[in-house]
Amino acid sequence: MKTLVYIDHFKGEVQPASWEALGLGKSLGSVSAVVFGVNVDAIAKAAFEHGADEVFVANDPSLEDYRAEPYASTLSALASSSTPDLILFPTTARTRELAAMSAVDLSTGVLTDITGLEKNGDSLIATRPIYEGKVMEKSICSGKPVMATIRPRAFPKPEPDSSKSGTATKVEVKSDALTTVEGYAQSESAVNLGDAGVIVSGGRGVSNNPSLVPPAGMDEKEAEIWRAHQGFTLIGELANVLNGAVGASRAAVDGGYIPYSHQVGQTGKVVTPDLYIACGISGAIQHLVGMRNAKVIVAINKDADAPIFTQARYGVVGDLFKIVPALTTEFKKKLGK
Amino acid sequence: MKIIACIKQVPDSEAKVRADNGQVTWGEAPLVINPFDEYAVEGALQQKEANDGSTVTALCIGPESAKDALKHALAMGADEAILVSDPALNELDTVGAARVLASAIQKIGGVYMVVFGRQTLDNGAGITPAQTARVLGWGMLGLAGQIKVQDGSVHVERVIEEGRQNVSAKLPVVVSVVQSIGEPRYPSFMGIRKASKANIPTWTLSDLGIDAPATIIKRAELANPPERKTAVEIITGDTPEAIAETLVEKILAEKVL
Repeated sequence: MKTLVYIDHFKGEVQPASWEALGLGKSLGSVSAVVFGVNVDAIAKAAFEHGADEVFVANDPSLEDYRAEPYASTLSALASSSTPDLILFPTTARTRELAAMSAVDLSTGVLTDITGLEKNGDSLIATRPIYEGKVMEKSICSGKPVMATIRPRAFPKPEPDSSKSGTATKVEVKSDALTTVEGYAQSESAVNLGDAGVIVSGGRGVSNNPSLVPPAGMDEKEAEIWRAHQGFTLIGELANVLNGAVGASRAAVDGGYIPYSHQVGQTGKVVTPDLYIACGISGAIQHLVGMRNAKVIVAINKDADAPIFTQARYGVVGDLFKIVPALTTEFKKKLGK
Repeated sequence: MKIIACIKQVPDSEAKVRADNGQVTWGEAPLVINPFDEYAVEGALQQKEANDGSTVTALCIGPESAKDALKHALAMGADEAILVSDPALNELDTVGAARVLASAIQKIGGVYMVVFGRQTLDNGAGITPAQTARVLGWGMLGLAGQIKVQDGSVHVERVIEEGRQNVSAKLPVVVSVVQSIGEPRYPSFMGIRKASKANIPTWTLSDLGIDAPATIIKRAELANPPERKTAVEIITGDTPEAIAETLVEKILAEKVL
């Protein structure tokens, strides 16, 4: 089996699931990697180190920023000439689009967000969650190449071997962009929940600290958001000690406490960290579907009857404003930070 | 400006969805408009309001019963609705759905903007918007949190993992929207009355002049995920520090850090 893996990166920062895809490809046979962008030599080198037998590089100013059309056209042309049996991608906002468009070009299909892939004779059977993970579907793509985006953290990451190297093969670039990137507003909202091993999340409860006195002159809503920011600061400190990311429930996002990109759940991000600490989150079903596959779930909530406790491994019925800072201090001590 | 909002009907998110004898079942739970698509309708209506002389058409592929989802879009304020329904579309996959939607969009004609939700609640792939754009040969502006039309171009603020990105494309375009577009408006009383009387045309494949797209992705098997057997262990203590000490020990013993 010949696999081509798309190495997804944002301004040189590789999505770690790209390496997981490379490892999966390797376990099925020979594997090539493809990298798009400008000055991507370091990424090409890392691809060899992570097990790629061959690395294709499309190094061109027109590919500096991700844009769906030229990326898809370049990938489709490469797939037509190198004839892989399978193309793998890490699942990101970019690759869902890119794989989708390339599949149209190649008259094949895309299996998204897969959590398993097995060989069955000549065909590949992919496992993917549907209905928000309430049901697992096994699907077969009869087109060629089979295309799939893998869920981050669902497959093992290969250990890099720095003695491996190779010479990258240049790829011809197609420049048929219909979209223009005008700029970035990379803000405090930048968060990558999908790859996070630890997520500490806050809900509506983060604004409920009556002992905090907001600055004078705030109306009720402003005071609520001010209180919530104090709460999320505590959550951020705990996340920091654990090298984790900050998540949020929809209630917290709707309340204006934190940007949408932090939202875990049905209309936000589905996450699978090793440790999920839910603070002041009651556990609406829409939130639970987004986090229930975390390995260990810890819930901190004042309300002992909150549904979040039905999913949690450990629970604390109490005030997050007291428990969270105590946890941060204790973790600092135990982790030697 | 003619704007299309593409929607789908799915089981309510509270439904107890299960795999049962190779089928997905959801008991008596109601079928509703895909919650992400309410944002699509909201985004389309915002553009109608911002661009004089615009109309919004809600478009859906599905069985006859999916007219209820279209009526929801009409009640929110869409001007008209069209259902594409054909028994030959029972095994439709995402590429197939994109091809059928693209044909319907071309048949409607004069369309400047097609708005999708980010993904559907059932399949959840989130790739039909980009595939529809590709089939049409139009620009794709995905995951928009804000949309602005100016001088024949559409500018969106795209919400991605790394932050926000400003992207534009010339009309016509396909846009998919995320929650930041704004809370979907409630159907108005007048809207509900209008929707209940609305005549929703049903187009078949022969109306579109196309054959059923070949099914490339086939479902081989369905299974229920393993039951999560959680018995929560409530950590207690006299002080927050004592609770933290016990809890940290338990977490470290799980070896997840």
